[in-house]
Amino acid sequence: MSQTNLGSYSPNTWCPGCGNFSILNGIKTVLNELKDTAFPLENVVIVTGIGCHAKIVDYLNVNSFYAIHGRALPVAEGIKIAKPALKVICFAGDGDAYGEGLEHLVFAAKRNIDITVIIHNNRSYSLTAFQYSPTSFVGFKGRSTPHGSIEAPLNPLELMLASRATFLARGTSHGLPLLMRLFKESIMHKGFALVDVLQVCVTYNNLYEYYAKRVYELQDHDANDPMAALTRIREWDYNSDASIALGVFYRKEATTFEEKFAPPHITTQERDVRIKQLLRESI
Amino acid sequence: MEDFSVLIGGKAGFGIDKATLILGHLLNQCGYRIYIYHDYPSLIRGGHTFSIIRAAQTKIAAHRNKIELLMALNRETIDLHQARLNDGALVIYDSDAVKELVLSRQIRTLGLPVGKIVKDENAHEVMRNICMIGAFAKAIGIPMETLAKIITENFPKEVEMNVKVAERGFAAAETVKSIAPPAAEPLPLISGSQAIGLGLIKGGLQDYVAYPMTPTTPLLHFLAEQANDFSLKVIHPESEIGVMLMALGFAYAGERAAVGTSGGGFCLMTEGLSLSGMSEVPIVIVLGQRPGPSTGLPTYSGQTDLHFALNAGQGEFVRFIVAPGDLEEAYYWSAQALNLAWKYQIPAIVLTDKNLNEGIGNFDIRSVAEIPEIPPVTWEGKVPYKRYEVGESGISPLAFAPQKDAVIKVNSYEHDEFGITTEESTVTKKMQDKRLRKEKYLREELKGFRTVNTYGNDDRSTALLCWGSNKGVCRELAEKLGLKVVQPVVLSPFPEDAFRKAVGGVKKLIAVENNATGQLARLIKSYGFCADSMILKYDGRPFALDELETSVKEAIR
Repeated sequence: MSQTNLGSYSPNTWCPGCGNFSILNGIKTVLNELKDTAFPLENVVIVTGIGCHAKIVDYLNVNSFYAIHGRALPVAEGIKIAKPALKVICFAGDGDAYGEGLEHLVFAAKRNIDITVIIHNNRSYSLTAFQYSPTSFVGFKGRSTPHGSIEAPLNPLELMLASRATFLARGTSHGLPLLMRLFKESIMHKGFALVDVLQVCVTYNNLYEYYAKRVYELQDHDANDPMAALTRIREWDYNSDASIALGVFYRKEATTFEEKFAPPHITTQERDVRIKQLLRESI
Repeated sequence: MEDFSVLIGGKAGFGIDKATLILGHLLNQCGYRIYIYHDYPSLIRGGHTFSIIRAAQTKIAAHRNKIELLMALNRETIDLHQARLNDGALVIYDSDAVKELVLSRQIRTLGLPVGKIVKDENAHEVMRNICMIGAFAKAIGIPMETLAKIITENFPKEVEMNVKVAERGFAAAETVKSIAPPAAEPLPLISGSQAIGLGLIKGGLQDYVAYPMTPTTPLLHFLAEQANDFSLKVIHPESEIGVMLMALGFAYAGERAAVGTSGGGFCLMTEGLSLSGMSEVPIVIVLGQRPGPSTGLPTYSGQTDLHFALNAGQGEFVRFIVAPGDLEEAYYWSAQALNLAWKYQIPAIVLTDKNLNEGIGNFDIRSVAEIPEIPPVTWEGKVPYKRYEVGESGISPLAFAPQKDAVIKVNSYEHDEFGITTEESTVTKKMQDKRLRKEKYLREELKGFRTVNTYGNDDRSTALLCWGSNKGVCRELAEKLGLKVVQPVVLSPFPEDAFRKAVGGVKKLIAVENNATGQLARLIKSYGFCADSMILKYDGRPFALDELETSVKEAIR
């Protein structure tokens, strides 16, 4: 494997020990590997929202669109529809994709557009200095809910399954080998793929010990069976105490959104002729 | 009859739209110049919907309140519109639906058993409209063959039945008026939405993204229908937020994209608008105005969002805003908005309204100025590639993935030349200066365009100041009253020099606007120009020619 330095000159400002480093290192290794076997690096476009996660664009020397909070998905969709040959990878946060921009996530999954979404799910708002997020426990004492949040978290994988996503997986920022396998499989999956990464925020929401005690890797699970996927996805609801499965929950082959559009097929001259023709027909 | 208006009305569901189009094409075919105003409420069935089809000897872009022919499919249409009838007007009505009609002696009437005819022919009830049109043709002396031709061209199915029902209406009527001899060769009859759509296509449109919202919904429909012929990708996503961001994704990938909406949807697009300003990813927004605040009058017209368009989005960035005044300008400027957005890598807004988008009239492409391609500045291979390279003009060369020797990074954060986030003070200032510098070059380029139109001789000392769709009504009235018209078309960057020249010698400037506060008057004031009086109409209905005449005469007395 030829090693390309995918890094940039941008100084890294994540907290020491942040789970985001695993995601960054994992994606670098995977892209380096895939550039030899699957697609050239220049075909990669990374799209992010806003939050700690999003700084990853500055740290990767690849094509990118550093978008706005919650809006990575529609940008990624536009890029993919325009140029289906590009490999479009979204990095988004839990507040970002499961909160502010949830509608886009649901619709991108519904369309089964061929993009990969990697969620840095640290289950808190960290860059805004600690508030509860859509996947925080009930009773989460963030600075906007000092007496404890009163709403239960949503189970993003269950929501994504209901939204017709065709690849669903979960990893953690402390299980790099599995995480890299999930990154690779999700990027190579043809269709909408989401990897929910339980990413530890060492400063505000350090769940390292919590996860270490509960996670296990899926064995003998038929990812092609939606009912089996649903059962495994429901095992842990991001709130109550339960075992937390990691790995690929669901995968399905289906037609993708972008392949339904014909490639551009008209010249400037043809366009002008058709404009005139249409006007003639309007007399 | 040289200049006359026909009003056709009834409930939504009576086929008034289709009948309107047939009447328009019929009179167009007879050599008249046409303008159609369509008035409809926000509902699917019921209510009252009507159109005024005005026919004249010269090109027009305004309707009159007074009418010469009224076509009533129900009683309500007569009750609501009889005050519009000029002396000698003719009322054609369905005598099965309207019993005991009493009108003033000057009004002639022609009642037909339309309901019965349609029933006799076993035709669908909606064909009452075509039966009325048959009677209309006979009443003003248009041969049945001409009508049959128009029906054949405009109905995709049931042509024979429609012709048959029209013939019955034709036979049941008598000729009471006569049309004028053809004044000119017929011209295409299209809506503002079609003119905008064709203009965007002319400007190289590849993708159109929109969420339905009156008055730009017909543009979405038109482009969706044309998608295959013009190799367009037309997408209707989850929300206007999704619309705007998806379109920016298209543009990042190198495709020319446009979006369409009205004020409410534009509210949702403003974060994306600001993103376009910062990331320098070009976008064209067709912003069709309707009366607000909030939902307001969804299916009516207004000019209430000028300052919203000028100021929308956080931060300071260059934007191009153009308000075309008629079909030809809508075509021309929609194309140029794409060209300029891409050359300067900025957002461009085509600011229209329901009156322009849904008004139908004759389109004369011969009077549209040449639209040369304005090529964007593209990367020529110099490495390392800097997406935001700082140069004299502020325009950095564009590159689109995949490129072997270029990493293309765009960013919503303040960023350096490579597109990497920065919070460094000198870089921040340098990059903001770079982006804002583009305005100077855009202003310079715009000097080669007609950014402010004037009509009427320069020695006329009283001028009507208008923008957007009020051009048609102001121009026609000014011609009649011997006034000048000043119509700024480009509103950002404001063409100060051209405007100064346009109002030179004007002693009295009367602003004519469809809003309650005089938004253009307020804009020119910030450049030191003053409107002496304002004629404002903000009931959702555009100015009718005769109505504006009364107001203007009062203002200049």
